[in-house]
Order: sequence, then C-alpha cells, then structure tokens
Amino acid sequence: MEILLALMVGILYGTGIYMMLRRSMVKLIIGIILLGNGANLLIFLLGRITKGAPPIIPGDSKVFVEAFADPVPQALILTAIVISFGLQSFAIVLVKRAHTVVRTDDLDEMNATDEDS
Amino acid sequence: MLTAILTGFIFSILLVFVGKFFKGKLSILASVVPLGLFLYFFQFIAPIADGEVITRSFQWIPSFGVDLDFKLDGLSLLFSLMITGIGFLVFAYTSSYLKGHEYLDRFYGYLAAFMGAMLGLVLSDNMITLFVFWELTSISSFFLIGFNNTNPASRKSAMTALGITGIGGLLLLASALLLNNITGTYSISEMLSMSEAIRGNEFYAVAVLLLFGAAFTKSAQFPFHFWLPGAMKAPTPVSTYLHSATMVKAGIYLLMRFTPILGGENIWNYTLIIVGGITMLYSAIHTLFRTDLKGILAYSTISALGILVFLIGLGTEEAFLAAAVFIIVHALYKATLFLVTGIIDHQTHTRDVTRLAGLNKIMLPVGIAGILAAISSAGIPPTIGFIGKELTYEATYHSETIIIISMIAIVLTKILLLYAGFVAGIKPFTGKLPEEHKNVKAPGPIMWIPPVLLATLGLIFGIAPFLIEGALIKPVVTALGGDASEIHLALWHGFNLIFILSLITIGVGTTLYFIIKPSEKLVAVAARYNKISPENILNLINKGFVQFSNFWTNFFQNGYLRNYISIIILFLVVIVGYIMIGNTRFVIDYNSLSKITVYEITTTLILIAGIFYTVFTESRLAAVAAMGVVGLSICLIFVFYSAPDLAMTQFSIDTLTVILFVLVLYKLPKYLKLSDYKTRVRDGVLSSVFGLIITVLALEVLSEPVSKQVGEFYAANSYVEAHGKNVVNVILVDFRGADTLIEVSVLSIAAVGVFGLMKLRLKMRDRKRYADTTLKQENKEQ
Repeated sequence: MEILLALMVGILYGTGIYMMLRRSMVKLIIGIILLGNGANLLIFLLGRITKGAPPIIPGDSKVFVEAFADPVPQALILTAIVISFGLQSFAIVLVKRAHTVVRTDDLDEMNATDEDS
Repeated sequence: MLTAILTGFIFSILLVFVGKFFKGKLSILASVVPLGLFLYFFQFIAPIADGEVITRSFQWIPSFGVDLDFKLDGLSLLFSLMITGIGFLVFAYTSSYLKGHEYLDRFYGYLAAFMGAMLGLVLSDNMITLFVFWELTSISSFFLIGFNNTNPASRKSAMTALGITGIGGLLLLASALLLNNITGTYSISEMLSMSEAIRGNEFYAVAVLLLFGAAFTKSAQFPFHFWLPGAMKAPTPVSTYLHSATMVKAGIYLLMRFTPILGGENIWNYTLIIVGGITMLYSAIHTLFRTDLKGILAYSTISALGILVFLIGLGTEEAFLAAAVFIIVHALYKATLFLVTGIIDHQTHTRDVTRLAGLNKIMLPVGIAGILAAISSAGIPPTIGFIGKELTYEATYHSETIIIISMIAIVLTKILLLYAGFVAGIKPFTGKLPEEHKNVKAPGPIMWIPPVLLATLGLIFGIAPFLIEGALIKPVVTALGGDASEIHLALWHGFNLIFILSLITIGVGTTLYFIIKPSEKLVAVAARYNKISPENILNLINKGFVQFSNFWTNFFQNGYLRNYISIIILFLVVIVGYIMIGNTRFVIDYNSLSKITVYEITTTLILIAGIFYTVFTESRLAAVAAMGVVGLSICLIFVFYSAPDLAMTQFSIDTLTVILFVLVLYKLPKYLKLSDYKTRVRDGVLSSVFGLIITVLALEVLSEPVSKQVGEFYAANSYVEAHGKNVVNVILVDFRGADTLIEVSVLSIAAVGVFGLMKLRLKMRDRKRYADTTLKQENKEQ
C-alpha cells in the first residue's frame, strides 16, 4: 500500500503543479488545493502508516500498551488542513473580487500593477 | 588621541541640535574646533622629531583582531597637521564664503565629520579601522560634493565620486583580508615585521594590486581620475579641503604607509612609476584645454598626485624626501589657489579665466596670495616650491631605471604645471580690468587672510627650510623606512644639471604662458577626444551593465506567475534529479509494507479518477465537484490508517471548500482553455517529471529507518502530564497550545479578510469600469 500511496502523492504533486501553470485563476486555486492534499498525504506516509491503532490511549490505562500510530505527523497535518482552508477561502473570495473589478479570469491580463492597463 | 578623532564626529552630531547657533554671525566660532585639534597635534612635533612613536590602543572586537589602534609617527603627524591646519583656515573662510547660507550648519557638520574621518584614517594602525575611516571619508565627501543638491549635475558628480571611491574602499578591504590571511593580523605595525613573509607569499602581487586599486581611485590616478574634476561642483571650501589638500592625498598616504611593508619589489615600483607618470603628464596636458579656473586647478591637482605616486614608485630615499617636501608644497600652494579662486568666484560670479584680469586693483591682498602661490607652484626661488622641484628632479635623475623617459616626463609636467599655476594665480590679477568687473567689491578680511597666510608660509618655508626640515620632513622619511640623518634642505644646490633643468622649466613655462592664451577654441579641441576618455568608456560600461540587469530582471521577473513556478520547478527537477541519478537504490522491503485490501484499491482508483477528472474536465462545476471527491478519498485513507481526527477535519474542511467554491464561482465566465496544445504538453511533461521525482523521493525515504522518539514522548506523557487520552488533541491544545493559538489568530485574520472582500462596496471608478467592460462584452457578443 505504501507504494500505491507514494504514487498517489506523485500524481497529486504533478497535477497540482500542472494546474498552477494554467492561466485561469480558478485552476490556480484548484492546483494549490491538490498540491496541499499531496503534501498532507506525503507527511502522513513518511510518518509511517499503521493500520487500526489510532493514537488514543485505551480507556483504563495511562499509557499505550500496544503499538500505536505516530501522533506527531497527524498533529502537523491537522494544522496544515485548517490553515490551508484559511488560504483557500481567502483565495476563492479574492478571485471573485478580482473578477468583479477587472472582468477576467485570465492571469495574463492581470499582471500589470497599473490601473489603466 | 581617540578623543581628538572623535571630536569631529561629536561636533558634527552636536550641530544637529545647536546648528542655529552657528548659522548667524557666530559661525566663525566653528573654526575653534580644528584650531584646538591643530594645537593638540602641534605639541607632538618635538617628541616625534626626537624619534618617538606614540601609540594608543582601545579594544573593539578583539576576537576578530579588530582594535582601535592608533599610531602617531612622522607620516601621520604631517597629515594630521595638514588636516587640522588647513581645516582651521577652511572653516574660518567658509563662515564668510557661505555667509547666511540656509544650510551652513549642515555644511559645518559634514566638514567636521570629514575631518574626524580623515584624522582617523591617517592615525589608524589597524587595517579594518583604516578601512572604516576610509569609507567614512568617501561618504562625507559624497555629501559635500552634493551639497548643492538642487543641482542635478552636482548630484551626478557626487554619485560618480562615491561610486569610484567606494569601489576603491572595497578593494582596500579585500587587500586587508588577504594580508590578514598571509600574516594573521590586521595590525599595520605587526605587518611591518613580517614584510619578508608577505613578499614571499604567492598572493603578494594580488594584495599589492588591490591596494593600488584603493589608492588610485582615492587619489584620482589615471584611469580613475575623472571623478575629481566632477567633484569640483562642490562649494570651493570643499574643493580646497577635500579635493586638493587632504582627502585625495589619502591614497598617497596609503602608498607611503605600506611602502616599508610591501614596497621595493618590481611590481610595486614599476606600476607606480608608470601609472603616476601617465597621470601626471596626461592631466598636466589637460590643463591647457580648460578655461574654468577650478577645472584647471582640478587637473593640476591630479597631475601633482601623479608626481607623488611617481616619486613613491622610484622608491629611493631621495624620492621619499622629495615626496614629503612636495606634499607640503602642494598643500600650501594648491589650497591657496583654490581659496583665491573661491574669492574671485564669490565676488565676480565667474570662474572663466578668459574673462578675468586686473583684479589686483580691487583685491590686492588676494592678488599677492595668488601670485605667491603661482610662483611656488612654478618652483621659482625663494619659495619652498623651488626646493620641492629641485628635489623631484634630483630624485628622478638619480633613479636607476628609465632615467631619460622619466626625466622628460617630469620636466614636461613641471612646465605645464607652471603654466597652470600662472593661469590660475597670475592671470586674473594682471593686465587691464575688464568693464564688467568695474563694480566688483573687495572681499572681507576673513576671506583673504587664509590664502595670504598659506602663501606666506610657502615663502617662509622656502627662505628658512630648516623650520620644517627637522620637525616634519625627517620624521616622514624615517617612517617610510629611510635614513634621515643626511637630509639637509637648502635653496641653493650648486650650479649643476638639475639647476639648468630648473632654468629651462621656468623659461619654457613662462614663454608658454605668454604664447598660449586659454580660450574656448582649445576647450573645443579637447572635447573632440571625449569619446575615448576613460570617463566615457566607464559610462558606457555602466550603461551596458544597467541594460544587462534590466534584461536579466525582466527575463526572470516577467510578471507571469506560471513562469516563476516553471523556473522554480524546473530548477528543482534538475538539481534533485541530478542527485537522484546514481544515488537511488530502489530497495524496497516488501515485508515491511502494509497489506493491500480491496476497499483500499477501490479508494485509490476513485482518488485517481477524481484527480484526472479535476484536471481534464471542461466544466468548472465538475472540476470543483471532482476535487471534493479527491478530498473525501483522502479522508477515507486517513480512516484506514488510524487517523480519525484527520479524517474528521478533512471531511468538514473539504465540504466547506466545495460549498464556498460553488457559491462564489457561478458568477464567473466560462471555463476557457487559454493555452495552446504545445504549452500544455510542455507543462504536462514538466509536472509529470516533478511528480515522478516526488514519488521516488518518498520511496527512498521510506527505505530509511524512522525515529519515533518525539511521538513516544507525547504518548507517554499525554495522560500522565496533560490528562488527555487522545494524543493528537493533547498535542494541539496542550503541548503546542501556543502554536494553535497563533493558528486560530491566522484563521481569524483570513476570516476578516474574506468578510471584507465580500462586503466591500465598489468604488465609483471601479463601478464605472465594470459598467464599461460589461457594455463592451455585450457589444462584442452582438
């Protein structure tokens, strides 16, 4: 399964970059989201995956008695997911706003800072 | 001694607060500062003449060997006296020259700071300290040249001067680092004892050339000389002080200071002789083609600096003696001529020598000073200039190499300098007073006393050379590593070849003065050769450099986001790919891998399908929906592999994103395919390779052993210390609680931003544009 997941990560990264290279702003955001998912999955994979052993201490004991999944990558990814939501929602609203002002979705028509271009 | 150096800086800072006090009638009081310093250094003449060397040391950065070491020997004393003495006269002169100027206090501040920097430069015994003061003189010079900052030409000259001398400063630093590498010290005194080791080192030549770079830029040697005539845009007191008497001699000082350490080798001597020789002759010829008094003086200053470099290059005791005397000679007569020029400019408002004559009828004392200085510069007895010239000829005549060429060059230079001195010092004060200057007023005594004083000193030292012989000249020669006991200065050297040459010089020079009159025609002749002047060539290089950097910047910073990304990714792919080829082992331990189940395969397939649908669909809504599928599949993977918290977060966030996207996007135009087939293939290849590299990288990492120490620490302490059983949650809200708090604030800021963007009403202008473009689009559709 690890090999399959590594392949998934590669696909997510590749497609993410491909989408970021497009001229449409919407595609740019989709690319960022795909890339973010890929990064999360990569961290998850490199922290080694464990089946059926969530990092939750069983009801009556104080420490783990059996094997458990590493909690550190999970904490990192959780933070990353939440932060990327902040970024994505802002980017989405920004696209809408930019569109209302300059009437285009094409990044190439927005690359001048001057208002009259 | 540190106090003496700091005085200038302290005074300069004080002026910021009490500047008003020095602006009015009391401005002459500012000259008390340099006068006090002059008297302070004056008391050292006796001990230094007795062979003492006074040192002071203060720790600064001992771990780097950088200390505030100061050393006062014959050489530093001569320069210190010149800096403070001429400084005093210039300070006093300025109070009258710039009387009532709006920024007089500022001017004094710059001058005082410069004086401090210059004193620090000549007293430093540590190369890093020397470098710091060296740069400080460049910077204060920049401010002084650009003092008339409303004038574009003035600003440009200041920039040029700073650029040239700044490059020189960097070369000095490089040389210091190199010498430190060889000797292990920055202390100049310590280097002195390691002279042999330095000369034997393979980097000796490099260190010497770097040092030359510094000295030649500062002392305006060919081909870096052109900043000096430009610097004449500064008010005349500045030209007097910085650009003839003191700062431009810093390069000379540097060469003299390092003569005992680095000198004596062929590369040292010949480079100096050749560069100095070219400079002195080249700029002496230039004086023929100038009508601006300051221009003439600027080129004759460069020429005099060339003579000094040439003399140091000769490297004999006689040459050092001649150089020491000539420094005093030049400082006295050149400062006088500049001050006289300043007075003429101030009273008549012109510096065009063709329009000046007969001014002695109005300002006789000034005329006397000018004529005395011209005589000294011409080397006519009984001035000290005569002694200086005799010594120079003698040193050249007794040098061991290329005597004939050197002799011709030096005599020619002296003839031309005599001409320049006469034009600047005698021409304005003889002949018939032109109509336009009939109503010119005489200057006040504060203005004419300084030049008269300096010119008289030149005469007194000439008649009674013993006054400076023991006190100043001998210690300088000693400091340069020569034997001073045999030195005896005198006007009369006997009737010999040198004396005949002197007579020829005076005769030819005077004839030249009467034959060639400065005129616009000659200026025009010189202008023809401007194209091949070093200044022009350097400007061209400069322009080319700017164009190149424009091209370079525009190539990479082209404003297209995707080009930035492409370049970054391409670079990453090349670098990482290069390392990977040959280092990748592809060893996968199949036993350590998790087993694959049917539902995992199904999820993976859905994920892949979702990704590709997102990329290739032509409908935006479909793309967004497919992206949601991708997120949910990842969510499932989290569930399979023991991460329930991640699954929950991913599920809610993914849902929210899709909803937000759909809500916002229904208004946008059609999902266009903007790029052509070729671009898409190119990007596709690039991103595929990138994805592949990430996959290989992940597999490589997986084959390495993993350390779970951190995770185990949290697991062991989660319940014991923090009383929580869900370890991930405990990490987030307890162990790393502060991080989470910051994350919450980031999210709040994003939320405020989103709210602002949604609610913000369009400005009138934007609304109009909106209406316009909508109209245009409608027209197009019709």
